[in-house]
Amino acid sequence: MIHSPYIRKPASVQRVMGLVLLALVPGVMAYASKVGAGILVNLTIATFTAIAAEALMLRLRKRLVGVAVTDLSAVVTAWLVALCFPPIVPWWLTVMAVLVAIVIAKHLYGGLGQNPFNPAMVAYCTMIVAYPALMSQWPPAGGLSFDTQLGLILGGARDIDGMTGATALDALRTGLRGGTASVDAVMQGSAFGFLGGRGWEWISLGYIAGGALLLLTRTITWHMPAAFIGTLTLVSGLFWLFDPSHFASPLFHLASGGAMLAAFFIVTDPVSGATTPRGKLIFAGGIALIAWLIRSFGAYPEGIAFGVLLMNICVPLIDMKTQPRVFGHRSTPHRGDGGASR
Amino acid sequence: MITRLFKFHGGIKPDAHKHESAGAAIRCAPLPSRLIVPLRQSTRATARCIVEVGEKVLKGQRIGEPEGFLGTAVHAPTSGTVIDFDRYTMAHASGLETRCVVIEPDGGDRWIEHAPFDADAAGRDATLAWLRDCGLVGLGGATFPSHVKLGKGSGVETLILNGAECEPWITCDDRLMRERADAILAGARILFRLIGARELVIGIEDNKPEAIEAMRAAAQRAGDTVRIQPIPALYPAGGEKQLIRVLTGIEIPYGKLGADYGVQCFNVGTAHAVYRAIAHGEPVVSRIVTLTGNVAHPGNWEVLIGTPIDELLPLAEPKPDTNRTLMGGPMMGFALPRLDVPVVKGSNCIISASPTLLPPPPIEQPCIRCGECARACPAELQPFELYWFSRAKNFGKAQEYHLFDCIECGCCAYVCPAHIPLVDYYRFAKSEIWARERDKGAADQARERFEFRNYRQEREKEEKAAKLAAKAAETRAKLASEGDNTAAPAAEAPATAPEDPKKALIAAALARAQAQKAAVQPRNTEDAPRP
Repeated sequence: MIHSPYIRKPASVQRVMGLVLLALVPGVMAYASKVGAGILVNLTIATFTAIAAEALMLRLRKRLVGVAVTDLSAVVTAWLVALCFPPIVPWWLTVMAVLVAIVIAKHLYGGLGQNPFNPAMVAYCTMIVAYPALMSQWPPAGGLSFDTQLGLILGGARDIDGMTGATALDALRTGLRGGTASVDAVMQGSAFGFLGGRGWEWISLGYIAGGALLLLTRTITWHMPAAFIGTLTLVSGLFWLFDPSHFASPLFHLASGGAMLAAFFIVTDPVSGATTPRGKLIFAGGIALIAWLIRSFGAYPEGIAFGVLLMNICVPLIDMKTQPRVFGHRSTPHRGDGGASR
Repeated sequence: MITRLFKFHGGIKPDAHKHESAGAAIRCAPLPSRLIVPLRQSTRATARCIVEVGEKVLKGQRIGEPEGFLGTAVHAPTSGTVIDFDRYTMAHASGLETRCVVIEPDGGDRWIEHAPFDADAAGRDATLAWLRDCGLVGLGGATFPSHVKLGKGSGVETLILNGAECEPWITCDDRLMRERADAILAGARILFRLIGARELVIGIEDNKPEAIEAMRAAAQRAGDTVRIQPIPALYPAGGEKQLIRVLTGIEIPYGKLGADYGVQCFNVGTAHAVYRAIAHGEPVVSRIVTLTGNVAHPGNWEVLIGTPIDELLPLAEPKPDTNRTLMGGPMMGFALPRLDVPVVKGSNCIISASPTLLPPPPIEQPCIRCGECARACPAELQPFELYWFSRAKNFGKAQEYHLFDCIECGCCAYVCPAHIPLVDYYRFAKSEIWARERDKGAADQARERFEFRNYRQEREKEEKAAKLAAKAAETRAKLASEGDNTAAPAAEAPATAPEDPKKALIAAALARAQAQKAAVQPRNTEDAPRP
């Protein structure tokens, strides 16, 4: 027997995931036009791998394959994996990464809704540890023809040094490591654009546009992007003001790497993230802090993925400690005014 | 006057579907072939039947005597003959049975003699008793006895009349306010005086402009300065705690009543019934019921309590594809287990549902912790956490996360993109917790019984031993007195044998206690874990 409520809002997981995919489109378009259309190939490979892996796992777990595959959650994971990876990684690396994300990080933990870690970030961290060289080869923006990119993706000879350059974050790290060059001097190099990495400013803008869509449709709340961007700005800003020759500016941090992708699409993953309003602020702020620390002092040029996984571990604790007050349960009952207004 | 309104967290705006049934005036439903009047008309109390099968009754004649603190009287809704007194299925999701008086109407609908009640002359206590004897319960749906709610007549500053009617489809209060505003206001003023309030506020959702206008016009006619307050239409604004919050800013926590915070709330229908009871001396024998949904002629009807639903439905002509019938609204109502159940005092609406009108929910998907439910929850809970805990049968944790603060309004399930029947999980968890507490209560009782039995057996044994000891002492004393002459052996007797039975008793008990202690202690220490 069906019990109340007998009416339901026309909402579905599929719709939520579909909106996320739609919101990624501006960023993907900017990516394809500024960095290279190879990303589209990678997205395709990742999507098909994800759907196949999802269907296989659901079948093995004896779940309804039809309903769960069409919820699009695997496609979202696939896209995030592809967008985090260099656009010229060989096809098998993308396939492996998506398998790690879907099979290990998602289904071995119980499937959609059960995974404690962000699957895309698990895939990224696994691959950057396993294949540091391949994961660090980023083509200079617009520097490679589509044919070359396709050749590299499909496993052509990787005479890579001649074709790829360091990313902005990488170049900055290497430049500063010498100890003599200042941020300004390093940033004269060809990897840098007017804000961060050359071409990447546009991609970041694309992600911001998508993030705005997610905020407007109430798919995500403001807490996580605000805390992430705010914390990253604050810590990088403080150190930049303190020593601008050794620390990059907040704008550089925000426009580089996957900062905007992370702010609106990765830290906002509801399944593995904190859920309470205050918890979301702590969670996203923590990620930004860890990311900045790794970027500035760590061994990896990009630290968001590690930040996400580290904060994923803290989620149960954060949620438990930040439970909001329940209706009627304020410290002192009172009449009318005071804390009652909101 | 401050007319500032407050907000409650969350809430939803489902399609109201009010216009279907709100247009037409209230009509009197024809007499049914029989009336099944449950004796259980208020929460947790069943009246005692005072009529016999075969007895002739008049409309308004008392057929059930109130029993207990929460009891209210039950009356014959029309004149006729009592043809049965037995258990019939209740209008409740459980499909359980309750004792009902079945009356076959004689068609005359003849009233028992009744006269207005002079509340001012009778005094407060007598008036409350009168309301109880008129069967006055909350007609908003909860059917809580009004005389209990009116309490002790002090400490309540604000009396709120609930005309919010926030559930979709239902329009019975709307029509009542439009058509009988004067009576509602008069009833409200009676309640106002009885409760000793200083302020009267009538809260009406702003999607009922005609009702607001009618109530204002009535206030003007009566020269009443009552505050008629439109409130934003946002489900569940008509929930008692939500309405109190919106109108006064006061939040009433779980387990507390409005009266604890100086505010009390009555439904507009209740106020109307109070007016009828005082001004005309009429008990509650009918109520307004909305018939709507998948029907040809939706509308509102004045229906006698006890009218079987299947005799009522034809008035609205349900369409052929009707597959379910709901009582109450679509958010908190329930599907009727069968259609021959009677209308009771809390039945505000009957919705004929079809698969197209109220489609079955899509397949349940996994929770993605998106938090939509938490944003919609008017109790400010984290519904998805409660769902995880309930699903895992982690009831302790569910209670820690305030499961019992949930009012089962259904907002969370309404917005859930994974189509999880969240409220079902809470109902499950709550009933499991109640069952465990009952079990625990039963176990406690059993343990107490067992302990008392042990105690009783022990006491009886002691009494027996004391009697025996007394008897022995007596015999010994007799022997001693006899042997006084034979001297020598008697010397040891007084040393061991106590002088009187009382002492013997004490000595015997002490010895037993020591023996018991000696017997028990070693066993205990053997079993005790050694550090």
